Amino acid sequence: MTVQNILFFVFAALVVAGAVSLILQRHPIHCALSLIVVMVSLAGLYLLLGAEFVAAVQIIVYAGAIMVLFVFVIMLLNAGEEERTNLSRLAHAAGVPLALALTAVLGVILTKAARLGGVKPLPPTPTHTLAMFLFRDYVFPFELTSFLILVAILGAVVLAQRER
Amino acid sequence: MNAIVAEFPLLAVTLIKIVVLLFVVLTTLAYLTWFERKVVAHIQTRWGPYRVGPHGLLQPLADGLKFLFKEDPAPAGAERFVYYLAPFLAMTLALTTFAVIPFGPQDIRIFGQRTPLGITDLNIGLLILFAITSLGVYGVALAGWSSNSKYPLLGGLRSSAQMFSYELALTLSVVGVLLMAGSFSLREIIQAQQGRFWGVLPRWNIIAGPFPQIIGFFCYFVAAVAETNRAPFDLPEAESELVAGFHTEYASFKFAMFFMGEYANMITVSCLATIMFFGGWISPFPPAHAWAWTAFLPTALFAGLGLYLFFDGLRYETLLGRIVLPLLGAALCSLAVFFVLHPGANAFVQGPFWFLLKVFLFLFLYVWARGTLPRLRYDQLMAIGWKLLLPLSLANVLLTSLLLAWRQK
Repeated sequence: MTVQNILFFVFAALVVAGAVSLILQRHPIHCALSLIVVMVSLAGLYLLLGAEFVAAVQIIVYAGAIMVLFVFVIMLLNAGEEERTNLSRLAHAAGVPLALALTAVLGVILTKAARLGGVKPLPPTPTHTLAMFLFRDYVFPFELTSFLILVAILGAVVLAQRER
Repeated sequence: MNAIVAEFPLLAVTLIKIVVLLFVVLTTLAYLTWFERKVVAHIQTRWGPYRVGPHGLLQPLADGLKFLFKEDPAPAGAERFVYYLAPFLAMTLALTTFAVIPFGPQDIRIFGQRTPLGITDLNIGLLILFAITSLGVYGVALAGWSSNSKYPLLGGLRSSAQMFSYELALTLSVVGVLLMAGSFSLREIIQAQQGRFWGVLPRWNIIAGPFPQIIGFFCYFVAAVAETNRAPFDLPEAESELVAGFHTEYASFKFAMFFMGEYANMITVSCLATIMFFGGWISPFPPAHAWAWTAFLPTALFAGLGLYLFFDGLRYETLLGRIVLPLLGAALCSLAVFFVLHPGANAFVQGPFWFLLKVFLFLFLYVWARGTLPRLRYDQLMAIGWKLLLPLSLANVLLTSLLLAWRQK
């Protein structure tokens, strides 16, 4: 068992534990903290796969920016513990079979993928190569995505603006 | 011990480096508080700490002991887990950033293993550094939220709003440097700044072409001071409005951990400013033969400081001071003599000496700003972040990349 394997199991266990805790916690801040654990551990998994740039950006963007906003809003609203409602009981009833179905589908796909060779860790990709892909080979889809995000930002600003 | 080293050489050497660096950094943190109190005191024409040890030199030790032995109450209704987690986050994240900082150009030998001076050298060093510092906000925000008290909550809210307002400008301000170096590795960023203009002026990013990064440096440093919650951007702990802000409800060593985290962040920010804009360990003097005497500047500095301490210490008021200060001076002088007698050692300290001297100057700048500038109002803080720093750093990115592309044509 190499160091990489041990690290993989550590990070994978952290991701799963964080995700389960995210669902089970009743307090919004604890949920947000669990999600941060998931994000950071995912970055560790990306790093093991040799995607170092993606790993760093995963932490900077998701854990460092988006989740800070989540925590900020929860603090601003001073949200307390969530209570169980009829709807959450419904989710409970429908959720378990759906989760089982999803796990089954994922299992089938993964066993098929394993026959094709599965996911293998690569040597670290230089950020330069990634930049060449993003800004030369796939520049149009990339710019289109940024255009979409820009539209979303403008929409948010317009909606949040007070009536004059 | 030797068997372990033979089995896992990388792990053993790294662990040794971590222990040594941690010791050095924690000592520096303690004496940084002493330095800050002294400098601020002299700005305000006071003497500063003077009672504990000669020139107050044992004050950090006394403070540390006091922090350890104080009662450590938690407020009623505090969210226990998060309340205890927050100071750990603040301190460990701040200390982790030192892992990627290179302190000198040469490799060192530990147990026959060649290893860089600095814990590790990652090719995404800068990104990892930003990733860790971007997590640092949780320590402050969660401390404010979990204390179940109004002033900490306001401080935590202010802090998280301030930190993600300035994070954009902070990250954008270094893009110019990255474009010029073409790498995320801190070591390579420094190496890209080697060379001289007309054989004299160093080719540091702050003055190097195609577009000198003065604007980038301005944006970086202002945003970094705001990110570290230091004066004049210390609104999260503004004592005239919020008692002590996010750490109001923390006592004893948990408070000390926030304190250490803040000072560790100051050192990291100063190291990054040195690496990215001021050539890291590169000497400001050209390597030409006529400038060979500058290699003895560290020696001269140590000798001068040592002699001053020695003769000034002989006339100190207390008996302890008359013993300790001359001894310290003699130690510094003998260090200077050692460097003169061993040219190899002298050559080795050049890099770390210039690096640490620049870092020290930035730390002084921090303290100087705290001693002279009044705190900003909250709307001014937001206006500076969004309306001044963000457009400026964007313009810096655009201009640098345009000029770089034009030069490559």
